[in-house]
Amino acid sequence: MERLADRLQAGEVLVADGAMGTLLIERGLPPGEAPESLNLRRPDLLEEIARLYAEAGAQIVGANTFGGSPARLAMHGLAGEVEAINRTGVEAARRGAGEGIYVAGSCGPSGRLLKPYGDADPDEIYAGFLRQTGALVAAGVDAIYVETMTDLAEARLAVRAAKAASGAIPVAATMTFDRTRRGFYTVMGVDIPAAAAGLAEVGADLVGANCGNGIEDMVLIARAFAACAERPLLIQSNAGLPETVGGRLLYKETPEFMAARVPELIAAGAAVIGGCCGTTPAHIRALRQAVDRTMSGRRPRAKETREGTQA
Amino acid sequence: MEILTRIGAALQEGDDEAVGRLTGEALAEGLAPRRILDEGLIGGMNAIGEQFRRHELFLPDVLLAAKAMYAGLDRLQPLLAAEGGALRGKVCLGTVRGDLHDIGKNLVAIMLRGAGFEVVDLGRDVAPRRFVDAARETGALVVGMSALLTTTMPVMKEVVDLLRAEGLAGRVKTVVGGAPLSAAYAKEIGADAYAYDAAHAIEVVKRLTA
Repeated sequence: MERLADRLQAGEVLVADGAMGTLLIERGLPPGEAPESLNLRRPDLLEEIARLYAEAGAQIVGANTFGGSPARLAMHGLAGEVEAINRTGVEAARRGAGEGIYVAGSCGPSGRLLKPYGDADPDEIYAGFLRQTGALVAAGVDAIYVETMTDLAEARLAVRAAKAASGAIPVAATMTFDRTRRGFYTVMGVDIPAAAAGLAEVGADLVGANCGNGIEDMVLIARAFAACAERPLLIQSNAGLPETVGGRLLYKETPEFMAARVPELIAAGAAVIGGCCGTTPAHIRALRQAVDRTMSGRRPRAKETREGTQA
Repeated sequence: MEILTRIGAALQEGDDEAVGRLTGEALAEGLAPRRILDEGLIGGMNAIGEQFRRHELFLPDVLLAAKAMYAGLDRLQPLLAAEGGALRGKVCLGTVRGDLHDIGKNLVAIMLRGAGFEVVDLGRDVAPRRFVDAARETGALVVGMSALLTTTMPVMKEVVDLLRAEGLAGRVKTVVGGAPLSAAYAKEIGADAYAYDAAHAIEVVKRLTA
């Protein structure tokens, strides 16, 4: 299989998978249970989800390892299972996705606040990310997603750990932004230029945003990244923000609604487009079709996009 | 008056050392502990909360301000307790079962303590049964529930229902908060109130216990 890094380098736009948690909840994951515990107990569910996304046209599927860092697993009494959970998560995704599909290991926040805001020691958090990403690399992932980050310092620790675990595979780093009157910021106060520069500086091969927004705001976020980022973009949008209707949670953006914005994401320099909370295989199918329609040629390089916006 | 403004300003800068020192100076000047608390510390936290809502500052600033508030509270608490009658009643607080996110809940706990309530902090991942037992055993007037995850919000309804089933509804008021919550959701599950942030939680709890 051609290396993921080479395809991105060649200017291809790839489609990633959609929500994991949303599908696991549909399959009976009880509220509050660590989704990663299913890697050990019900790998068949993860295999099924990877297969559904691959069949829908995803070219990269994520392993169910978002909360697989030691700090996070410790909150569920699973700190002893870091290696097993990360390995089985990758293996299940690989089996389900089959030949020719890339598997990305997911690495989410530790769940701890770094000093001085909380009590977490950066060295300890780095060591935890290194242990997790080391396990992902040992299990043979094709890429690592550092994702849903809000604290740039923590995101940088995770990227550094992922790069230390393997210099050979691409590391994508995405943060979660909120819209404010003064632009997009994470809850910890990180804006897009700071994220783009801070993540690239420690070696992220792709930068971008996931979660927290529907597709329309993600287009704005992608443009803001394109204006300053030297790296290709990874954009994983929610199917809107959840609304409660009669006690049930609904994500209201349809596959067609999201797919309609794909040309704008690509014009802004998105190299990988996928979904986050609320997106389903139907959304990914629509995104893939839209990417294929849009990509008669190469995607514009980040630099060309920037020159384009200046012109 | 001057010193109270300085306490509020130091708190907003997250300068815990200065807040502790200035609180000591204010006491030495003979200001009442309750006034130092209300106009200095809580005044400062309210200003922080307001700026946070307007996205003029972010969570790190709130967390540092909360730390600084503790530096002042530590000095005032023994005096407030000795004043007697200062305590406004008990509140049981927790992040609901399945949810491990407690930053917001901890801020509410600090603010309520500051406002003179006795806070029984049940921690995070708290089962409905624990909320109800704790409310009964401590004689709490209010049960406060927090959730960050959309998947754990429904646990709040279990708590409300269990309080009702055990005949505690009415005597024990319920207030809910957290990023995915809304007044509409609070109403839908039968909670007594929704608080949109820590400063608002104080107003709401004061109203519920008045």
